[in-house]
Amino acid sequence: MSEVSAREQLSRLVASFMAYSAGHLPEDVKTRLAQMKQIENEGFAPDIYNVMEKNMQLADSLKRPSCQDTGIPQFFARVGSKWPYMDIIEDALIDAVKNATSNAPLRPNAVEVFEEKNTGNNIGTHSPWIDWEIVKDSDRLELYFYMAGGGCSLPGFSKVLMPLEGYEGIAKAVFDQMTTYGVNACPPCLVGIGIAGSSEVAAKLSKKALLRQVGSHNPNPKAAQMEKLIEDGLNFIGLGPGGFGGKLSVMGVNIEQASRHPATLAMGLSTACWAHRRAGIRINPDFTYDFFTHKGAVL
Amino acid sequence: MSTFEFKTPVSDEDIRKVHAGDVIYLTGDIVTGRDDVHHRVVVSDKMPPIELAGKAIFHAGPIMKKISAEGEPDKYKVISVGPTTSMRMEKAQAEFLAKTGVKIIIGKGGMGPKTTQGCIDNVAIHTIFPGGCAVVAAEEIVDCEGVEWLDLGMPEAMWKLKAERFGPLIVSIDSYGNNLIENNKIDFNTRKEQALADLKGKLNFMD
Ligand code: SF4
Repeated sequence: MSEVSAREQLSRLVASFMAYSAGHLPEDVKTRLAQMKQIENEGFAPDIYNVMEKNMQLADSLKRPSCQDTGIPQFFARVGSKWPYMDIIEDALIDAVKNATSNAPLRPNAVEVFEEKNTGNNIGTHSPWIDWEIVKDSDRLELYFYMAGGGCSLPGFSKVLMPLEGYEGIAKAVFDQMTTYGVNACPPCLVGIGIAGSSEVAAKLSKKALLRQVGSHNPNPKAAQMEKLIEDGLNFIGLGPGGFGGKLSVMGVNIEQASRHPATLAMGLSTACWAHRRAGIRINPDFTYDFFTHKGAVL
Repeated sequence: MSTFEFKTPVSDEDIRKVHAGDVIYLTGDIVTGRDDVHHRVVVSDKMPPIELAGKAIFHAGPIMKKISAEGEPDKYKVISVGPTTSMRMEKAQAEFLAKTGVKIIIGKGGMGPKTTQGCIDNVAIHTIFPGGCAVVAAEEIVDCEGVEWLDLGMPEAMWKLKAERFGPLIVSIDSYGNNLIENNKIDFNTRKEQALADLKGKLNFMD
């Protein structure tokens, strides 16, 4: 296979994978929203859940992006060290973004900083944003696509705490941020928290936490306990869908961690809105694939 | 809680009937406008080329598709349009109401004290369309009559939309100074203190 056709094959596959994920939430998100709808039976909540459900159905039947804000396109690539097409990945992803932006269509969101101009096709400086990881002894490309919307990116932040502020300090910062900005992030949100030694690592881990399934648990029992405690605390606050109040606030809390420095306790927060458009695909060297976040989807 | 059916142009009398927590379905003219439109009108002091009195301003950056053929006058269709975070317009909203005569603001999340005062002074309301429900909203738009200030880019331009029973629009700020989301935030903060107190000692991983 020539380089050109590999690039074309990859970009076409990724463009249709992007378009599909703009209109369809992953299974774990849909399941959790259905469970929450059962519990939220008072005030404005039932009406809002009904509109959300209708929206998911219409997005599917009309093949439209379920939210007009299709975000800044972000890719998280886990590249097998033996994947045969290293050189073409970046170009293929850029082609895919251009293609999906005009054909899905996605909203052009890339605004060039300083020039303050929308580029019109989601391509710009470091846009799409691509995060790279190498997976040894693998010949596959595992790709997560995430649409980072404006409202759901708004609560995001990272900062470095003094260690004596402790893990409670992290919980407090999350609660403060969610009561201040949570209503703008189209709750119920999925909350991602990163804990590390410096702010950028914590921030990145907080976004990676959002790529984990809703309802999954950190393998470290203490981290899993913290996930549960923060989730319960946020639900007790009762933001409800859209911030109109209710019995719940969040779809879940996912924490990811890296070792910290003895003198720092850095934390990062990222939030995903209820329209949590996370999509993951594993692509084999022959371009067959497993669209593992959306089982049964046909691209 | 009451439900209202309004048609544009909406009058002061209509607006005075509604209270925070009521629900409205709106038929008629809705124009999109967000950060850049508010900036241009309020900070750069340029009047929009559209009459807005009695109409609704929609904090939204839609996905639009051109459906006219080459050489024909431009015609667009709404693919997906939902509310954006209204709070971003807080700085400019009150003045925007005074300058344009807009009666209904549509967005998501709440707005602050400046807008609340602006709603009292200009007999206007802020309403919330359920966030993320952009295909439902698009299906309640029956026509796009045109666009102004497209130089701002697709999400920021002023799209002139015709709506049919657009809603549910939950009234979050009425013309009497009531603010639903700000009141909710007071409750959220009270419960936050309780939630933090409940956590005490449970996250002591450092011995
Ligand atoms: S927060 Fe999410 S659902 Fe809400 S408008 Fe933004 S992208 Fe859409």
